[in-house]
Amino acid sequence: MELDALILSRLQFAFVIAFHIIFPAFTIGLAAFLAVCEGLWLWTKRDVFKRLYLHWIKIFALAFAMGVVSGVVMSYQFGTNWSVFADKTGSVIGPLLGYEVLTAFFLEATFLGVMLFGWKRVGNKLHFIATCAVAIGTTISAFWILSANSWMQTPAGFAIDAETGNFYATNFWDVVFNPSFPSRYVHMMLAAFITTAAVILAAGAWQVVRHHEEEPTRWQMRMAVGTLAVLMPLQIWAGHWSGEVAHEYQPAKVAAIEGWWETSEIQPTILFGIPDEENERNIAEIAIPGTSPYLFPNAEGELKGLDAFAEEDRPPVFIVFWAFRIMVGAGMVMLALGIWGCVLWWRKRIDKPGLFHLLAIPGGALGFVAVITGWVVAEVGRQPFTVYGQLRTEDSLAPVSTGQVATSLIIFMVVYAIIFTAGTIYMARIATRGFQDDAPEPPEREHRAPGTPLGAVDDPAETGPHGRKPAE
Amino acid sequence: MELDLPLIWGLLIATAVMLYVLLDGMDLGIGILTGFAKSDDERNLMTATIEPVWDGNETWLILGGGGLFAAFPLAYAILMPAFYLPVLLMLAALIFRGVAFEFRHKAVRRPTKLFWNGAFFYGSLTAALAQGLILGGFIQGVTVEGRSFAGGALDWLTPFSVLVAVSVAIGYVLLGACWLVLKTEGEVQRRARNRGKIALVGVAVCFAAVSLATLSIDPRVTERWGFSMTEIEFGKLLPLSPIPLIGLVLTALVWRDLTGKVSAPDWRPYVLSAGIFLSGYLGLAVSLFPNIVPFEVDIWQAAARDNALMLMFVGAAVMLPVILIYTGYVYSLFWGKVDPDEAYHD
Repeated sequence: MELDALILSRLQFAFVIAFHIIFPAFTIGLAAFLAVCEGLWLWTKRDVFKRLYLHWIKIFALAFAMGVVSGVVMSYQFGTNWSVFADKTGSVIGPLLGYEVLTAFFLEATFLGVMLFGWKRVGNKLHFIATCAVAIGTTISAFWILSANSWMQTPAGFAIDAETGNFYATNFWDVVFNPSFPSRYVHMMLAAFITTAAVILAAGAWQVVRHHEEEPTRWQMRMAVGTLAVLMPLQIWAGHWSGEVAHEYQPAKVAAIEGWWETSEIQPTILFGIPDEENERNIAEIAIPGTSPYLFPNAEGELKGLDAFAEEDRPPVFIVFWAFRIMVGAGMVMLALGIWGCVLWWRKRIDKPGLFHLLAIPGGALGFVAVITGWVVAEVGRQPFTVYGQLRTEDSLAPVSTGQVATSLIIFMVVYAIIFTAGTIYMARIATRGFQDDAPEPPEREHRAPGTPLGAVDDPAETGPHGRKPAE
Repeated sequence: MELDLPLIWGLLIATAVMLYVLLDGMDLGIGILTGFAKSDDERNLMTATIEPVWDGNETWLILGGGGLFAAFPLAYAILMPAFYLPVLLMLAALIFRGVAFEFRHKAVRRPTKLFWNGAFFYGSLTAALAQGLILGGFIQGVTVEGRSFAGGALDWLTPFSVLVAVSVAIGYVLLGACWLVLKTEGEVQRRARNRGKIALVGVAVCFAAVSLATLSIDPRVTERWGFSMTEIEFGKLLPLSPIPLIGLVLTALVWRDLTGKVSAPDWRPYVLSAGIFLSGYLGLAVSLFPNIVPFEVDIWQAAARDNALMLMFVGAAVMLPVILIYTGYVYSLFWGKVDPDEAYHD
């Protein structure tokens, strides 16, 4: 494959957006978790929730900053590398992104300042409102960006200007609530909550294994396994819903996901296989035949295989096929962790180190794995179009030179490698070291009237419990 | 009555960019000033003055970029590829300085701490310079063919754009220094005044140079102002002359405030400096209006469909006042001198 400006721009977009999505996926869930903790603290007055809040807000601050800076990049990518796409679709999805800034970004960014630095300036209730504003902001933000992306998957409510070839909206309601939007929004929100729960579980498990767990550790473990056990089944349902919509509107994507090469009334479920795009078959296929009537009960008539599409209209099969299986696999493991954790909780063994805890620690990465591979399925599965069936990726590219894109891709890779490494180390240090630092309030603080400070919410991350260096 | 939506959106985006310059420009200026801090304490105090608000300030840049995409897709599609490299430079710099806000407090080992302090300073400086290069490249105009950019990758790099880049960076330092005058006391404030004075001299020289250079960029600009090195048309110049004159008067007033010869309230240097920026901005608007891609595409040619503009106009009419109210509320919440003990870190 020749590395031209097109393929480099695609790589760059894939890289910067995959990097970016890590942080919103985590902060959407974490903002909700923080709002729950602070709400529970105000309601029950139990110290443990305040300690949870003060602990996780430090990680939130780091993750949010990384999400913001990598997000600014995204708002310029459309123009720098995909300017023809921007020119053609601006009148349709531009307003959606505009609304995202107006209704979500300012809300999040502004109240984050109060959340992090406002302890001494506002009362507890107002501080709680600030936390909720940030949490709601993240949700609204996801709403608009999922809507815009879903319109690219299942465009609706538009027409094309005969003179310029530009898209314009005929009905904005149909644009926003395009066919794939509801299922994909639910799917992404659940993914964010699940990702965060897996991280919180991993951090708790680490503390249990290292024998420095405390009351907040025990709470966060229970909250996390409960969330996983409840949300993962819902997520499987949401994922299936999303698949049914794709089946109706993007059959080529579904054929690639399933590894179906031939159109047929009844299709198998392929568990394993290596799609061979040249010979249009799967190598070393392991399949359960005859499952499609159960998995797609609403499908009428035959189920399209990749042979129903011209070669130039097919997405890259191998990537979509395998990304989907990795996503599903990661989800299944998280479901198992959630159920297993609940069983241990019920049998009062969740606070004793065991195999579960050792597995839950690397399990903290599974949410991110599932989110990224899931987005790969969605975006690569949409190829070779940017606006499905309407605008080809190769016709969306900006007039940029290969050299320029190569430069920017290298710079982004270096910059992101540095900040990702540093950020992950700093977050992991805070997450794993436990709650000792926040435990006792200095006496002078206890005499203050309600509504006064909870104390500084930060301290250096490089010292571990009791001031010693953390175990690496 | 028919609303001229492209005009309204032109004004809205111009306002967003202006607010970005006044707010995040001040942030970036403080970032540059941290490079000259005498101690870690001073540096921490400087960053503490902006930590609660920088994120909101930077959001105006997203509104500028996102708004341009939404309201003027054609302009966005032409300008972004034209400024590919300086935009990249700006983004990389903003990434480094953005995370450095948090990371410099997480690092306690000396090399990592120095690294993130450096990232904050160089990131702020580079972002300011890159924005100046983009502005300079924008003012001098870009090559367009059909509906896309048709120039070279380095078209933006000229002596003029370098001059504008230096001016923007110095201007941001002035805003940052004035913000420190407002938010700090004692020795730190005294040093901020001194640095502010140096920056003010730089601003006076640079803004004058940029103004004169802009007049010779394109005959249409000269025509509009009725002023060139060899000829003056008073009929055109006089009605516009208050814009640069007010800038000059404000410069003198900021100087008076910063030297401390008169007892000025601490907020005044910042507000008056913002006025200097505003006069420069208005001067630019007069020179370039109604072009959104100088001197090729105007706001009506670049505008999105009316229904898209209308939908966003409704949203902006409702949301912008709300945003301004809560932004104002958060600024007022953190009003007053920054308390070293209250700094979120340490």
